[in-house]
Amino acid sequence: MPLLSRHLLGLEGVPKDDIQLILDTATSFREVLERPIKKVPTLQGKTIVNLFFESSTRTRISFELAERRLSADVVNFSADMSSLKKGETLKDTARNIEAMKIDMVVMRHAASGAAVFLSKVINAIIINAGDGAHEHPTQALLDMYSIREKHGTIQGLKVCIVGDISHSRVALSNIYGLKTMGARIAVCGPKTLIPRFIEQIGIEIFNNIDDAIKWSDILNVLRIQLERQDRAFFPSLMEYRKYFAVTRERLDKADKVITIMHPGPINRDVELSADVADSAHSLILQQVLNGVAIRMAVLYLLGTRS
Amino acid sequence: MKLLLKNGRIIEPSQKKDFVSDILIVNGIIEKIGSNISEEKIDQTIELNGKIVAPGFIDMHVHLREPGFEYKETIESGCSAAATGGFTAVCCMPNTNPPIDEASVVNWIVERSKHVDGGIIDVYPIAAITKNREGKELSPMMELVDAGAVGFSDDGACVENAEVMRRAMEYSTMIKKPIIQHPEDISLSKGGVMNEGFVSTSLGMQPIPSIAESIIIARDVQLAEYTQAQYHAAHVSSGKSVEIIRTAKKKSKQVTCEVTPHHFTLTDEDVRSFDTNTKMNPPLRNQDDVEALKEGLKDGTIDVIATDHAPHSFDEKQVEFMVAPFGIVGLETAIGLAYTELVKTGYLDIYQLIEKYSVNPRRILHLLPISIIEGEKANLTILDPDFEWVVDIQKFKSKSKNSPFHGHKLFGKAFAIINNGRIHFVD
Repeated sequence: MPLLSRHLLGLEGVPKDDIQLILDTATSFREVLERPIKKVPTLQGKTIVNLFFESSTRTRISFELAERRLSADVVNFSADMSSLKKGETLKDTARNIEAMKIDMVVMRHAASGAAVFLSKVINAIIINAGDGAHEHPTQALLDMYSIREKHGTIQGLKVCIVGDISHSRVALSNIYGLKTMGARIAVCGPKTLIPRFIEQIGIEIFNNIDDAIKWSDILNVLRIQLERQDRAFFPSLMEYRKYFAVTRERLDKADKVITIMHPGPINRDVELSADVADSAHSLILQQVLNGVAIRMAVLYLLGTRS
Repeated sequence: MKLLLKNGRIIEPSQKKDFVSDILIVNGIIEKIGSNISEEKIDQTIELNGKIVAPGFIDMHVHLREPGFEYKETIESGCSAAATGGFTAVCCMPNTNPPIDEASVVNWIVERSKHVDGGIIDVYPIAAITKNREGKELSPMMELVDAGAVGFSDDGACVENAEVMRRAMEYSTMIKKPIIQHPEDISLSKGGVMNEGFVSTSLGMQPIPSIAESIIIARDVQLAEYTQAQYHAAHVSSGKSVEIIRTAKKKSKQVTCEVTPHHFTLTDEDVRSFDTNTKMNPPLRNQDDVEALKEGLKDGTIDVIATDHAPHSFDEKQVEFMVAPFGIVGLETAIGLAYTELVKTGYLDIYQLIEKYSVNPRRILHLLPISIIEGEKANLTILDPDFEWVVDIQKFKSKSKNSPFHGHKLFGKAFAIINNGRIHFVD
């Protein structure tokens, strides 16, 4: 069964069957990753460009590993060596690269909607590796995969996303994907970091971390960026830690085991205390491993779709 | 040159005139109005079959881009777009390079416009309120008026400093010209690319809250009351702004405002396409705001429809939404959108439409009223209100084609304009 869409631009509107197919396909690639020789010839002869207009070590490495393990030819293009500084537009950069006969583009970009734009100006298959504060679909897919692996299902679980929701692409993709898969969703954070009207998507909002913990089966904790202080989004990291950090002490107050996730990189002892990050109920390292399998699945499904 | 218009429906809202008649125009002057005019040696006879003959329309908010940005638009191409759109006059905004903040630039623009198609379009410059539109020091307002400026605005930039705005208003009362504000509190709108609402949240786009506009208007109407200045709010887009202006108008006749056709036609839902032709400032708001704008037009709170015609080149708009410049062209879709969205739907009657495109802006700008009577200069917009057409950006006379209305089916179009002894037929 092929995917309905030619590109993976986001998870909003992606049907349940497609998500299911990606997660199921990832299961078989996950098995490949456990082999001594972690390489399959599936995308031999295909050329993939990783266009990263924003620095991102782990997503780029994860994609590159996934591409190489599928035997694709890989070209990396990162912002530092980009021609953006020479005043070239995204359209021109992408069309120039496409003129060299490439098959797929994986793009990270600071502008919301950049992946959609790219899909309108070039013919290659586009995978969105994060566009502004819009979507980061492969992150949400690997999060869903990790949840399913741990809990056996996604349906009916209560997932709370904690932190800077306003500036997060991870939050929106998780909300769209998890909702499609039947989870219940909440966000928690200071009011200044939760975008207005988000409840209209059909989610809960908490401004108190203890209430959020009480409600949740799973906490997906986002990185807090220090720069946000500059525009008065919150007073200080110290205050944030005191009132919003997920700590062992707070988790112990809940009379249940709560799964902890984080898309990384972690600010230890800011949004997440170290003992929680490294605990048995933390999925953080599995998320990283599953990320490679998910990206292999997406690349395979889109790259071999005729 | 003798021109005979047969069977035109002459509408002049200020005189409550509405009747079908022939009009004889000789060398740009209305010589005779009456039924069955038969005259020797007519150069051109035009059968109007009941098309509307209205006082010439003016778009009081246009960016002609010249001098400085001739690749987007020139005075010539902008005037040509105005003529096609059914306007006999435009006001051009001062965010040119150099900006319209000294008399020589005003003179230059007016002079240049006279050579476009025999000067059929009257171009009235709006000069900057402050030098270089920086919001700090006042421009030489008296000198600018003497050169031909008809009002003041830093359009594109808001006069943010309340003290500067107060002094600009006080100064303007000596020369009786409107201060036209681009209402935008930058501290609230900074970095934003679309209206703050459910759509911006679901697209992860940096939002511009509507209060960024209404907060400045709330302040400005108090300053206007305090200084007794004439104040006009440009491109009002939110229900809250309409509400504030409605209240202010109960106290003062010196407060007026305008709305653009796109703000009463589209909403932020249209941004979901990430089409950069839905990016403008102020941004497209929500359905409640659109309703409030239409109500404001209906009850007279909103005096004027003006397009904020903002040409940008194709390549400038072929970029990521975040990077794209704000603004769309509007001259050539203005009448069709207003007729389709407002008259066809019953919000306005045809008289009100003509008031908002002709009578009111001329009053605000202290331009001579247009009378369709014998002995007066012929300054006319001839409309075919039932004409059904589909917007094709490739047919635009404007140098730029950045319109979100390509392919839209509209009703109502200009048939011709007559001004300064010239006639221009819209094809």
